Amino acid sequence: MAEQLERRGERAPARFGGLDYAPAPEATDHVKLRADHGLLIGGRWVEPASGKSFKTISPATEEVLAEVAEAGEEDVDAAVRAARSAYTRVWSKLSGAERAKYLYRIARALQERAREFAVLETMNGGKPIKESRDVDLPLAAAHFFYHAGWADKLDYAFPGRRPAPLGVAAQVIPWNFPLLMAAWKLAPALAAGNTVVLKPAETTSLTALRLGELLQEAELPEGVVNILTGAGATGAALVGHDGVDKVAFTGSTEVGKAIQRTLAGSGRKLTLELGGKAANIVFEDAPLDQAVEGIINGIYFNQGHVCCAGSRLLVQESIAEPLVDKLKRRMATLRVGDPLDKNTDIGAINSRAQLDKIQELVAAGEAEGAEAWQAPCELPSRGFWFRPTVFTHVAQSHRIAQEEIFGPVLSVLTFRTPDEAVEKANNTPYGLSAGVWTDKGSRILELATRVRAGVVWANTFNRFDPTAPFGGYKESGFGREGGRHGLAAYLDLSEGG
Amino acid sequence: MATTPVRLGETGSGFLQQVALGPLLSRFAVDEVGAGERAAALAKRSIKKESKVAALRLAVAVMDLTTLEGADTVGKVQALCSKARRPDPSDPEVPPVAAICVYPSLVATARQALAGSGVKVASVATAFPSGQASLAVRLADVAEAVEAGADEIDMVINRGAFLAGRHQEVFEEIVVVKEACGQARLKVILETGELGTLDNVRRASVLAMAAGADFIKTSTGKIQPAATLPVALVMLEAIRDFHDRTGRMVGMKPAGGVRTAKQAIQHLVVVNETLGPDWLTPEWFRLGASSLLNDCLMQLAKERSGRYQSGDYFTKD
Repeated sequence: MAEQLERRGERAPARFGGLDYAPAPEATDHVKLRADHGLLIGGRWVEPASGKSFKTISPATEEVLAEVAEAGEEDVDAAVRAARSAYTRVWSKLSGAERAKYLYRIARALQERAREFAVLETMNGGKPIKESRDVDLPLAAAHFFYHAGWADKLDYAFPGRRPAPLGVAAQVIPWNFPLLMAAWKLAPALAAGNTVVLKPAETTSLTALRLGELLQEAELPEGVVNILTGAGATGAALVGHDGVDKVAFTGSTEVGKAIQRTLAGSGRKLTLELGGKAANIVFEDAPLDQAVEGIINGIYFNQGHVCCAGSRLLVQESIAEPLVDKLKRRMATLRVGDPLDKNTDIGAINSRAQLDKIQELVAAGEAEGAEAWQAPCELPSRGFWFRPTVFTHVAQSHRIAQEEIFGPVLSVLTFRTPDEAVEKANNTPYGLSAGVWTDKGSRILELATRVRAGVVWANTFNRFDPTAPFGGYKESGFGREGGRHGLAAYLDLSEGG
Repeated sequence: MATTPVRLGETGSGFLQQVALGPLLSRFAVDEVGAGERAAALAKRSIKKESKVAALRLAVAVMDLTTLEGADTVGKVQALCSKARRPDPSDPEVPPVAAICVYPSLVATARQALAGSGVKVASVATAFPSGQASLAVRLADVAEAVEAGADEIDMVINRGAFLAGRHQEVFEEIVVVKEACGQARLKVILETGELGTLDNVRRASVLAMAAGADFIKTSTGKIQPAATLPVALVMLEAIRDFHDRTGRMVGMKPAGGVRTAKQAIQHLVVVNETLGPDWLTPEWFRLGASSLLNDCLMQLAKERSGRYQSGDYFTKD
């Protein structure tokens, strides 16, 4: 027939080989990288007293992006004093409506420069551009907008109380959502009338530093927000400083415990948002294809570098096999690679240290007898990468079922009855989040009550909103961020009124 | 005409019929929010450069170029058939479309106009678009189209019976229409815009496939909403699971509301990431559309020349 068609000047039907996606990298030329960065203290960028700095890289290429200052005790002291001075001289004297103006301005500026921040976040942290573009940036702006709205309504937020700011807040944030965590911490602190010393994580300082520049452009009064870069020692010096009234930390449970020991008896307020080992519970009547998406989103979102990640899949035994089959097939479609490519689903592991930790725990899982399966995908030759991994035949006693891996590694356990699901979900030192998948409304409500976790998602996972309080039970920490509860953590509510 | 005895009037025993199909069909819960999110995420895939050109050509190659108007004439259908053979005479890389889709009365015209081209003739039948006629009339409609030379029959399901819970009746009707099709391939239109929920879309998909559909198709194009991405996604997931269980491939045809090249590419992406490349051929995937083709041609011309051309440079057929 082909010949016939050629004679007529027509073509035989073309052969079809599916649909390949050409590389679609987000441009980076609009992000001007500075060679080195100082510390933001009292409204000025200054060199650290020690003169020390460290390199920050792109985890996807291991290429050095910039030099970042390492703040020592002297710098911490200067920053805390600058924050105190700004608190007493300026910020505590402004009305809520005036503070709100600055917060709205910051929120709008973040929206206007969203693309630049998203690209920088992806370059420095390794997360896919689609996530920094569609999740991190919109949420960061939303947190400033939301808390701007509270700033002039604090007197009505807690009936019978007369809220007052605490003073100077020391905020230490993690590397998994660098800008978003800065927004989670700064927005309520500022709305409530506090001043801040913020320490971003060692591997991901660049968006926090750029936020510092944005705050200056927004003409936030000098010293209201101070930014100190550095590693663990800088953070320890900051949270242990006598001039601090409030400490907020998001990070590992180990460091959280150390902070709590430091602050014991000091009378300073503390909120901790720590690790997690969330159960994502799938019942046999669940909408299975959407549950698969929720499982994927639960554990592979942001390479699994998520404290509330659904890292334990609890699936009802009657559907375990088809569900795991569906899951593996879906995992095989995940696109792992260049985080700046708009079609990338899974980016780079944030650091070599984190990659080592993931590899160690995965090796432990295999040694203990669990069965690993990895999505068949090519990994780039440079940078830090780990294939999306799922473990089946996992026992509750295995390390991979107990310890937080903080990587793209899922452990699958089964249960037979709702009671057993609740028992297994709660059988962990953590209690940050959980997911429930079922078509039955009453079962959702029952599990939300019985599972001891700060957030319980129903037929979805990893959804965030500034109006919803977020925080943990047990070793996942205490205090809430977001909503009215999160605001309370930055206020003194002891006075009646 | 089918010789199978049909006892569709005896629906008084509806309860017993539901016992047979009910447990099967109630197993497929779909979460609307989750399906919507997944579809929206897939719609954001960035298909550029050579991928875009390949996708646009594929969109043309799987197109069921359609005219289903009361005003359709021999002249109109002949013009459309000419377009179907060579959508863009200035670009030899643009393939012919997969099929022309017309009412039964125009099948013979299309057959003649497309002779030797490889382009199939599809015909809507079964009292399209409402399906509100007796089964005998609907079967006669099918028989007429088949006799006139239709390669493919696009039938509508009995939504009234489906929504009333008479699933067995819907099933049996598809079975007899399939028999009446003979060698023609059967596309079963679910008219998802009238089914109300994604649970129902999933159920109707399973029902149609189990009854022998060669293709399942979203819509008639006469009811909105039609081929939305979440609906297509749910149908594709049903096809995938049916293939897993039975080993039988079933085709997919979104139709109605797909007007732009961008939407067409989104549908191709959803197929690619749900069923994989095996389905991305005219044999297993079709896009039913009347106004989509020119937008695809315009985008292809833009990829070729670097700039957009006026609508006057593309034939209106």
